[in-house]
Amino acid sequence: MNDLFIIAPFTIGLIILLGILIGKYVVWTIQLSQIDKLRILHGFFTVRTLRAIREIFWESLLHRNIWKTNPLLGYMHMSFALGWLLLIIVGHIEAYMQASSLSVSPWIPIFFRYFEHEHFYGARFFAHTMDVLLLYVLSGVVLAYGKRINSKLFGIKRTTKLKPKDRISLIALWSIFPLRLFAESATAALHGNGGFLTSGIVFRYLQVTPNIEYTLWVLYSCSLAIFFITLPFTRYMHIPTEVYYIFLKEYGIKLKKQFNSYSKIQVYSCSRCGICIDACQMHHAQISNNQSVYILKNIRDENLTDRKLYNCLLCGRCEDACPVNINLNDLRISQRIKSSKEYNSSYDFLEYSITEKADVVYFAGCMTHLTPGIKKSILTVLDTAGVNYLFLDKDKGACCGRPLMQAGQIEAAKKLIAYNRQQILESGAHTLLVSCPICYKVFRDDYELGQIDIRHHSEYFLELLHNQKITIRNTQKSIVYHDPCELGRGCKVYEQPRELLQSIGTLKKVKHEKVESLCCSGSLGDLSLSMVERNKIKEQTLEVLLKPNPDILATSCPLCKKTFVKGVDIQVKDIAELVAENIQSN
Amino acid sequence: MIDVLIIGGGIAGIETACSLQELGLETLIIEKEKQIGGHLNNWDTLFPTKRSASEILEYYTEQIRKKSITIYLNTTVTSIRKQDDGSFEVYTSREVSFKSKTVVMAHGFSLFNAQRKEEYGYKIYENVITSADLEQTFKQNNDVFVNPMGKIPERVAFIHCVGSRDEKSGNHYCSKVCCITAVKQAIKVKQLSPQTQVFCFYMDLRLYGRGFEEMYREAQEKWGVQFIRGRLSEVAENIDGSLQLKAEDTLAARPFKMSVDMLVLMVGFEANKSTALFHNSCGVACTESRFIQPRHHHLSANATNIDGLFTAGTSIAPLSVFDTLNHAKAAAFAIHSYITK
Repeated sequence: MNDLFIIAPFTIGLIILLGILIGKYVVWTIQLSQIDKLRILHGFFTVRTLRAIREIFWESLLHRNIWKTNPLLGYMHMSFALGWLLLIIVGHIEAYMQASSLSVSPWIPIFFRYFEHEHFYGARFFAHTMDVLLLYVLSGVVLAYGKRINSKLFGIKRTTKLKPKDRISLIALWSIFPLRLFAESATAALHGNGGFLTSGIVFRYLQVTPNIEYTLWVLYSCSLAIFFITLPFTRYMHIPTEVYYIFLKEYGIKLKKQFNSYSKIQVYSCSRCGICIDACQMHHAQISNNQSVYILKNIRDENLTDRKLYNCLLCGRCEDACPVNINLNDLRISQRIKSSKEYNSSYDFLEYSITEKADVVYFAGCMTHLTPGIKKSILTVLDTAGVNYLFLDKDKGACCGRPLMQAGQIEAAKKLIAYNRQQILESGAHTLLVSCPICYKVFRDDYELGQIDIRHHSEYFLELLHNQKITIRNTQKSIVYHDPCELGRGCKVYEQPRELLQSIGTLKKVKHEKVESLCCSGSLGDLSLSMVERNKIKEQTLEVLLKPNPDILATSCPLCKKTFVKGVDIQVKDIAELVAENIQSN
Repeated sequence: MIDVLIIGGGIAGIETACSLQELGLETLIIEKEKQIGGHLNNWDTLFPTKRSASEILEYYTEQIRKKSITIYLNTTVTSIRKQDDGSFEVYTSREVSFKSKTVVMAHGFSLFNAQRKEEYGYKIYENVITSADLEQTFKQNNDVFVNPMGKIPERVAFIHCVGSRDEKSGNHYCSKVCCITAVKQAIKVKQLSPQTQVFCFYMDLRLYGRGFEEMYREAQEKWGVQFIRGRLSEVAENIDGSLQLKAEDTLAARPFKMSVDMLVLMVGFEANKSTALFHNSCGVACTESRFIQPRHHHLSANATNIDGLFTAGTSIAPLSVFDTLNHAKAAAFAIHSYITK
């Protein structure tokens, strides 16, 4: 029979795949900024490359992050990735061993059983080993079938929805390994070269003819070809792209505000595993179309609507849950920047005034001005500790720019940043103190304040305590701490507020803490969410926070405080208020 | 078994009891405080007549004495349970329960807690008070007008709709009485302290009742009270204790700042906490705004979804004293029909 129909589909598919991949990656790499290209060059011959390879091993092959969130899902991804890779590697070794040479045609290892029936040294060992690996991959395929039929088996509430081209690719992928099993079993029945699996089960009671065997091998080759050719156009593009992304990430390339080719690489690295869907709190408000996985898909398909794009709290829970470490929040913001129209953002009314000199500049921000209890407490603590400070936005001040940034109004935000930045720098202060995590985030990310230390009050007050500038009375009350999104996931400040609270009372643990903490629902990142929807999300969060029956619900964000105050009977306090209430003058 | 058990000894409960007594039914009032009269005890004068609230209370005290109405003071109702025979078992904090053919929920409302609008600085800044606090000061001192720091204020601002018509507070409804109360209180401030400038910040002025519009005119023409359409955004305190307001004049379409010596927050109505308790214990229907849902808004405004369970007064919605008393009288009539049918 003509071997061409077995070799050709696979070979053509592989060539097309490699052609498209190389083409895409070359274009994307060229489109990177000059500095990013230099980063690749400088990073290539360093330990960073080894680190990237290690991460690829852990994440792209073993899928450690998915294991951590969902072991069954982790096993499924691992069986495909690791199992298939081992089939290829062991298959090649087997072919080399049989030929006693490294020069074998590239398709020989792929269709080894079909071409080689001869016995060679170690043939039994390889036959059994390859069967073990095949069985391993097949176990993953069975799980994948199961996940599609009933995602609840995996403990996930929802799985991603499919488009026709994804379905073709998915069916091709799902058929590859069963077809390989049938083809190898057919050959084993005819030539007796199978392992325990292929010579055992399938064709024991069925008469196999060479025609059936041939057809099965052709189908196997075709399914490989279909999968290869559809791969760049479907979600399976994530398999090679994730590998490339890990290298770039290790070389220190960071996501930019403007959507560029690196953003594209991140978008294509999404495997649509769906872990972000369950992390999203929006489903408490029956919103199920705006999760990151869908946004990335819409970016790829260029059919993202503003309605979906802007309906997101930007809490960052999905970003934390993402096993591929895609910068989901900033990617969404970069899309908002792309879609936002330039509104009238004249800030001509802001007057430049000469800033007084001080050691510490305190910037309260809009939200702290709306929570005078917090503002007053901050000033009390600063006065008690004898800090030489300047209250920058006491009477008039401009917004920090973060809400505009979240809305994608980057040009408007830049104007405010420039205004505030000049005033802060002129003060000659060594420390900038902020009492709002929303401000804190933008000061840290976008202000470029040079040598100035930026401190949230929870960090600063802890330093004052450590330096014995203040002492705090312990109330013995039980406290639950709520991590604000922008301070916790946004700026990675988790321990300082907790340490400070431990000096005030007994800190109780809750189910979702620190990096996993829930959003209060008050976020400025989403202006399309109704109050009813916000309340539904808030109630879920409060249920978790109030579980240990605390005396006080503490937070360190004025917006979180304002949001919670409307929903609970116990005291809701900012950490600043708790410090000010229990401060003892030296 | 008693005929009618009335929860709440405010004016709604007492008026219902008095009317029922005249109709020949036996009543019992349960009041959680140590005296009858409810919120009216804390009020100085009533709009639009500016007559003293104590006049009303004295009248009802006299009625109770004359009609020998039984009242349990310092007693809280904890739950209401409907029995199989259609009567009610009412449980109280005193470890006694009462059997009654009918129950009237006249437990009234709660004032909005102004601390929930933290941006207005109530209980943070000394010179920020609520309309209820101001009534108290009027009641205690009818000769001079000073702010909480003891100074005669040059400027006073009244903020309408605090906790009413406010999505963020979770209260979409209008509290009905605050507009006219602010007008009444503004006039009183000017009467006591003519040199004080008075400003009212409003969203809409809802002056629907008999004599309300006239009073609004009087406030402007006779007393020079200034009405500014716009909401207050935030308040800051100056070193001398005066308050810096940031607000918007929406008619002039401009934001502005103003310094005042005293801020009065016109706090609205909220459903009494007991309403939720009764909802849970006997399944009485409530509206989205957490007040009790009358069976029919027009035709049976005192009945509820449960036979024999009635309402009187502000347990159904914010009401003025005038509306409350009418609703209470109507309750008596509805109960009489129910029992004697």
